[in-house]
Amino acid sequence: MSIWEYANPRKFMQTSAWALPWVAGLAVVTLLTGLVWGFFFTVDDYRQGATVKILFVHVPAALMAVNSWLMMLVCSLIWLIRRHHVSALAAKAAAPVGVTMTLIALFTGAIWGQPMWGTWWAWDPRLTSFLILFLFYLGYIALWEAIEDPDTAADLTSVLCLVGSIFALLSRYAVNFWNQGLHQGASLSLAPGERMAMAFKLPLYVAMAGFVLLFVTLVLIRTRTEIRARRLRALEARGRMA
Amino acid sequence: MVELGKYAGPVLAAYGVSLGLVLALVWLTLWKSRKMRRKLETLEREMGLHG
Repeated sequence: MSIWEYANPRKFMQTSAWALPWVAGLAVVTLLTGLVWGFFFTVDDYRQGATVKILFVHVPAALMAVNSWLMMLVCSLIWLIRRHHVSALAAKAAAPVGVTMTLIALFTGAIWGQPMWGTWWAWDPRLTSFLILFLFYLGYIALWEAIEDPDTAADLTSVLCLVGSIFALLSRYAVNFWNQGLHQGASLSLAPGERMAMAFKLPLYVAMAGFVLLFVTLVLIRTRTEIRARRLRALEARGRMA
Repeated sequence: MVELGKYAGPVLAAYGVSLGLVLALVWLTLWKSRKMRRKLETLEREMGLHG
């Protein structure tokens, strides 16, 4: 069986209907476990005090802000190369989830930054690239809404997605490219240096898994909605011609 | 109850904003999904396409 079979809307609807309850259930359990563990059952950090608990929403949201865009990039490339409608609709479906994650990362970062850095905002490479990524998300969503023909909208938004991918990657690797700014390096890097304690790392992994599963759940539901909207438009057009 | 000390404000604000945004997104996603499914089912019934 080929993976491209799932590009068939009927096959996608069947498979996603079967998978959704499992993924959604797992998302709720994992997310609640990660957040409750992180909030209630972790100790304060010796430098950051109780603000370290913000880690369990900030890092998973930032992870998903970047990865949502990368998922949209893959879907956009599939659309541009193979013209599968489900992939274009999946990219469209992921954008509101991605923009929400980016907003959460920006908000929680500012709330965390104020007591730790003494400022809500700094024009630091990582913060700035995240803000630009947020603006790209808004532009991407607006472009989908602004163009009536869905295929043209999919073409243009795919190109915008390719351009925005530079900022998605910059958001992730900015702290490595430019050794400046207030933001710390990668929280879960394998490189030698100061490492996060297991007491924080384990609940963080669970919260990250929860955010990934939440993203998958929401994108599946939203893609199904987009497929239905596309069928509705097709039937309405057929009705008008009859 | 967890002791947040002088950082209670920032920590609770971060969780409050995050959960609020996530819940709003989930609600909007489910609302749009239900609305579209009903619309499509109605049209399919009207056109005699749905059993």
